[in-house]
Amino acid sequence: MAEVQVFGVWSSPFVRRVEMGLKMKRVEYEYVEEDLKNKSDLLLKYNPIYKKVPVMLHNGNILVESLIILEYIDEVWEGPPILPKDPYERARARFLAKFIDDKCASPIWKACWSKGEEREKAIVETTEALKILENELKGKKFFGGDNIGLVDITANFIAGWFLGLQEFLGLQILTKIISLI
Amino acid sequence: MADEVVLLDLYGSMFAMRVRIAFAEKDIKYDNREQDSVNKSQLLLEMNPVHKKIPVLLHNGKPVCESLIIVEYIDEVWNHNSPLLPSDPYHKAHARFWADFVDKKVNDPARRIWLKKGEELEIAKKEFIEALKLLERELGDKTYFGGDKFGFVDVALIPFYSWFETYETCGNFSIEEHCPTLITWGKKCMERESVHKSLADPKKICEIVFTVLRKKYGLE
Repeated sequence: MAEVQVFGVWSSPFVRRVEMGLKMKRVEYEYVEEDLKNKSDLLLKYNPIYKKVPVMLHNGNILVESLIILEYIDEVWEGPPILPKDPYERARARFLAKFIDDKCASPIWKACWSKGEEREKAIVETTEALKILENELKGKKFFGGDNIGLVDITANFIAGWFLGLQEFLGLQILTKIISLI
Repeated sequence: MADEVVLLDLYGSMFAMRVRIAFAEKDIKYDNREQDSVNKSQLLLEMNPVHKKIPVLLHNGKPVCESLIIVEYIDEVWNHNSPLLPSDPYHKAHARFWADFVDKKVNDPARRIWLKKGEELEIAKKEFIEALKLLERELGDKTYFGGDKFGFVDVALIPFYSWFETYETCGNFSIEEHCPTLITWGKKCMERESVHKSLADPKKICEIVFTVLRKKYGLE
């Protein structure tokens, strides 16, 4: 068995985050595609609380929740840092990553898939949340400054996943987030 | 130059209590500034413009927000004593997972217990007990969640203990009946000075909830 295994689904941006982190550190891993409609016994065994992907296995250690996994990757392997060294900057990165998960992911999903008033509300929430993120970028190349970091990895889905969904669903929700794209 | 450490606080907030416990564990002196949750101060709005909520730690004027992020920050900056997180990456990840679980699975149903009535209240109670039972299983026969040492997960969960009387009164149930081991753990934590000095008085919380908050939400 490989030293590192990642259980995921191809469509999940949360799984992509973990893979980005591993690739940044040049860690080889075995990827196992899951079927979320028919979850494997292994997945249910490794993540009995949430029953979700991603799950990462490393030398018998079971890791779940993408942001927690990214911090683990950063602590275990040498290579380009995912989090800054300075405690204040680390706290700032963690705050933004949590903000993205709590305040961006859900309204963006709702904006794409809901209807009527719920969709309108979600569009407003999405726009407000993304404006906050855009302000955070403030002319920097990446959220992490000159290099990609935790927040860039976390926000990655906004560029890839969301824009893809927008096109697929024929929507035009984002009008003013140029620098995020 | 001496450090300037300020906490924007709110009496009764479990999230603020987490930060106070962390400070007390590390024996850090700080300026505690009680906030008004209705008429929010200019300082709070400036220092936490995204969420406009307490707790906020101001360390030499720079704000740190979100209670678990603040506790990790405290652990990293004041690393000379009483570590709250383990040093091993896997055990650290494990601690982060369970602290996050408290936020994801305990906080919301707990809030609904004092906010809701009827069917919604019963659903909240069920979810709350289920979450506590999972935590109880994780605790096992350890003294604290971290083992022998009081740590990150204990800090994350123990403030809710001060609200147990309120939940039991609102929901007409006994938490000890469902989770006796967790109550034993709670009492053990309360023996620590850092905890019993930092937690709000359960009776006062009950009073605030029944005379102010529930009225505000049209429940009394």
